[in-house]
Amino acid sequence: MVVDKLFEAKNISFSYDGERIFEDISFSIERGDVLCILGPNGTGKTTLIKCLNGLHDVDSGEILVNGKNIRKLSFSEISKHIGYIPQSHVPSFPFTVMDVVIMGRAPYLNLTDSPKEKDIQIALDSLKTLGIENLKDKEYTNLSGGERQLVFLARVLCQQPDILILDEPTSHLDFGNQIKLLEIIDNLSKAGLSIIMSSHFPDHAFLSSTKVAIMKNKRFIDFGTPDDVVTEENLRKAYSIDVKLIELDNERKVCVPLKTNLKLDL
Amino acid sequence: MNRETKEIISIVLLVFFPIILFFASFLMGRYPISPIDVVSTILCPAFPQLEVSPTITTIVYEIRLPRILAALVVGAALAVAGAAFQSIFKNPLVSSDLLGVSNGAGFGAALAILISGANVVTQIFAFIFGIISVSITYLISRTYKAGGILVLVLSGVAISAFFNSLISAIKFIADPDDKLPEIVYWLMGSLASVTMEKLLMIAIPIIIGLAILLLLRWQMNLLAMGDEEAQSLGVNPVRVRLLIIAGCTLLTSAAVSISGIIGWIGLIIPHMARMIVGPDNRILIPASLSLGASFLLLVDNISRAVISIEIPIGILTAIIGVPIFLYLLKRGYSEWS
Repeated sequence: MVVDKLFEAKNISFSYDGERIFEDISFSIERGDVLCILGPNGTGKTTLIKCLNGLHDVDSGEILVNGKNIRKLSFSEISKHIGYIPQSHVPSFPFTVMDVVIMGRAPYLNLTDSPKEKDIQIALDSLKTLGIENLKDKEYTNLSGGERQLVFLARVLCQQPDILILDEPTSHLDFGNQIKLLEIIDNLSKAGLSIIMSSHFPDHAFLSSTKVAIMKNKRFIDFGTPDDVVTEENLRKAYSIDVKLIELDNERKVCVPLKTNLKLDL
Repeated sequence: MNRETKEIISIVLLVFFPIILFFASFLMGRYPISPIDVVSTILCPAFPQLEVSPTITTIVYEIRLPRILAALVVGAALAVAGAAFQSIFKNPLVSSDLLGVSNGAGFGAALAILISGANVVTQIFAFIFGIISVSITYLISRTYKAGGILVLVLSGVAISAFFNSLISAIKFIADPDDKLPEIVYWLMGSLASVTMEKLLMIAIPIIIGLAILLLLRWQMNLLAMGDEEAQSLGVNPVRVRLLIIAGCTLLTSAAVSISGIIGWIGLIIPHMARMIVGPDNRILIPASLSLGASFLLLVDNISRAVISIEIPIGILTAIIGVPIFLYLLKRGYSEWS
């Protein structure tokens, strides 16, 4: 059997408490792809991301990881293939950065094991890759949003996965850190990782994505390359506002939302 | 505090202090025994040429040793269970009796005193009802679809309150001349009636409980990140949490069954340990073990030595523990919130 699709969703649907969250979503990605899922608030992106990662089971359809149904994989098998960073993290005890990053070795350790010398080395390598080995003894609860996101990235790199699933990875980052993170994602994909992420910024699709999906009313209304999908018309459909696409000199596109001339009766 | 000072403090407090305290505790009590007597009595089985009086041997081995061991074991068990609960419930303010184990065990003991009165029955009933109450808490929480930690904690509060009213009911019908004082005294917590036989009875649950928690201590770090993150790291959070709860319940029920209800250890000791060694459970669990053991032994020594009548140890741990807890809370609140 030839498995060229690293990750595939086939007609997946999901309901929670009888309410349909998303339906009939299909897509596939290959090695090195970066899929950016765009869509307005409350459209079910986060729930979709959790299903792709095996945190929720879909009601119908199937999700294939390396050709295998995700439902047939154990949590630890899934976590060897997929690294996941949630949108927000409720901080717990003030663990050191090293303590947090080394948790990424859990898929490879038995229930009763603690990390070994080899795992510590892998954790140090992940910190080095992201240029944050200087943070290793700091408490992760005291870091800035940007630093903390890098710590979680280092942790998923420790998992040595094929696929990263990131839920709005730039949502707590400032202007500059957003671009830096997207560039890191670009680098990781060129190194062979496949990435699925959700985002609120259509611009991000042009910066690092190879594929874009636009989600609206529980479905993907379009899926394809950034140039084909991130169009003024699609953005208008998705966000119900007018958007202007502008091409910068170096052939990079940006999306500018136009004013709606909203007047409140105050 | 820099790192080296912290390391020195940890080693002194967690390694040397318990050892010194262990030997020093043999000196406490009405019959005066010299340090030399203590050492030669303890070494006597290995070196028969040492001469020790039979009275001293009896006091050391049959009176003081069981009591010292009981303080160490009960303190360690409650502290380790408390540290584990705080980690897996992501909450630094919970303690080892979060899921109702103390009131369950208290009910078991009260019931046993009411219907039987034999020490061994009381111990067995306390142990079994401790486990029953946690099992009920756990099973109730599993019937809620959106289960999770909060439902578990709330069921614990409810079951705890339920058993507490059953204890009141038994007190109400108990004979006020003999049964009632016995129940009240048991509930206050004491190590006065501990014997070697009682200790041996809890050896197996204590060893199993400690082994589970020591082996799974790194998993506690993962659970402290929340269920979804733990699962994305390959851990089955529900299964691992159940194992840890089982370990904690064995430890706490066994401890309570010989000592009665001793509060505050499971809440403050993990905090103190966390201030010394940090939150990593790989170190925190052994540190809580050592600190819990020496804290309860110290308090037990105080309870025997300070005034001529013996104060129930459960009262003292609260009187000493509450101010320490409030102080720690003030100092470290920002770190845990």
